[in-house]
Amino acid sequence: MDEIIKIENLKKSFGSLTVLDGVSLSIGRGEIFGVIGLSGAGKSTLIRCINRLEKPDGGRIVVDGQDLALLSPSELQRARRKMGMIFQQFNLLSQRTVLKNVRFPLELEGISRESANARARELLELVGLSDKENAYPALLSGGQQQRVAIARALATNPQVLLCDEATSALDQRTTRQILDLLQSINRRFNITIVIITHEMRVIETVCGRVAIIHESRIAEEGAVAELFKQPKTAAARELILPAANPLSAPLSNSCVRLVFDGTQTERPIVSEMVLCCGAPVNILFADTKQIEGRTFGQLLLQLPDDPQAQAAAKNYLVQNEIHFIEEVAV
Amino acid sequence: MSFSLFFEGLLQTLYMVGVSTVLAYLIGLPLGVLLTVTGRNGLMPHRLLNVVLGFVINILRSIPFVILLVALIPFTRFIVGTSLGSTATIVPLVIGSAPFVARMVESSLKEVDSGVVEAARSMGASNFQIICKVLIPEAKPQLLLGSAIAAVTILGYSTMAGFVGGGGLGTIAINYGYHRYDTETMLITVALLVVIVQIIQEAGLRLVNRIDKRKRNT
Repeated sequence: MDEIIKIENLKKSFGSLTVLDGVSLSIGRGEIFGVIGLSGAGKSTLIRCINRLEKPDGGRIVVDGQDLALLSPSELQRARRKMGMIFQQFNLLSQRTVLKNVRFPLELEGISRESANARARELLELVGLSDKENAYPALLSGGQQQRVAIARALATNPQVLLCDEATSALDQRTTRQILDLLQSINRRFNITIVIITHEMRVIETVCGRVAIIHESRIAEEGAVAELFKQPKTAAARELILPAANPLSAPLSNSCVRLVFDGTQTERPIVSEMVLCCGAPVNILFADTKQIEGRTFGQLLLQLPDDPQAQAAAKNYLVQNEIHFIEEVAV
Repeated sequence: MSFSLFFEGLLQTLYMVGVSTVLAYLIGLPLGVLLTVTGRNGLMPHRLLNVVLGFVINILRSIPFVILLVALIPFTRFIVGTSLGSTATIVPLVIGSAPFVARMVESSLKEVDSGVVEAARSMGASNFQIICKVLIPEAKPQLLLGSAIAAVTILGYSTMAGFVGGGGLGTIAINYGYHRYDTETMLITVALLVVIVQIIQEAGLRLVNRIDKRKRNT
């Protein structure tokens, strides 16, 4: 993997509060990498360390071969122009028009007004807001404001786009549109995108790889599809199953989670399993997800209490090569 | 008592207030910026500088203006050559109001969304660029509203200067109204002052409403 961002043993505390406790990550050039975690897990601090808006206490961050800690203030400013960033609250300049917002990073670089305007108009067309160039941010919807912010972040032709909870203030439909836009930007310009979020659906929709951050550390890291099929940690399972997790209620210890990757759609698996073990099963939860363009399904089943019937059911799954994980009631 | 007396007083007052407000901002604006950026969550936190500057400003602000007016007479003579008349009055007006302006500027700049400042930093803006291209332009409506308040305060100060021969409407009110018990003249000057205050405040508000782009109805 041609890596563009390398984070080694990153540490950061605020007073006595440890926010990042030895985080290491490697992000490849051109990928969409997700970092997911609950609020307070340290994910925002992590992304802010990447462009040094936050100064780490320890560890190393290398972006495109450059160790940011070794740069002078003006070199750091130049390095930051190679990294665009978008935010949850969009952070547009309220007293500037859309065009002047997009032009802003170019003004900072001292680029002439004509070429800055030309570039800004090009970007507004890319994000589909050419007709709004003279509008002020207050007149735009949240989704439109985030589009302006994306155009602004791309103005300096960055290699990396950092997204700090960029869709958390948006509704589901707008979130989808913004994610589609990010994906098309990633494909068109081969920009590496780092997405910080607390929403699993954001990760599922666009990310190739994901890291789960839990209590200031990376709990698990890998391809999104793999993580969905075979979560190794409690933190990962918590994110894959919805908030109203039936497992959080004290059930019997006989639940299994079946994961389908779209290859076994013709067989009535649950019915066959019931016939096989001779006892009914209880469906606790089911849904489907799109991960990297493939449909994944998951089914949470409560097996019969009878040990023999339970063994028969599991045996059926093993024999038919159906992927399942035994879940333990929490 | 005549029309020309009031007219001349009015012009002197407007001259004093106008020039003093401009000069007070020339001093107060940089000081306010310095207070903001050296503050705890500022761009360049510097505790010592912030505390010392804040302390000096607080001292100047706690001295009653009438006392400052008298205390500054030797300094005013040194600068202008005389302590009488409207030009001389500009000296204590500026010194008395610049600390106030600095605090107003500070509070306006602190209103600017820290997220926007952060976004500018992420784009590689230098601190100087953040001050000139983010903090001041984003705070422009509050800064303008603050300048209307400052101008009204300076107007009030300028009338106090009437006691020490400062010129303008204050001097007329004191010489005619106070020393000669000429109630009518005093009332006219007060009425003129009320009108000036109304105009400054109303013009400030309208201007702010026109330039502030944060509202949906503009």
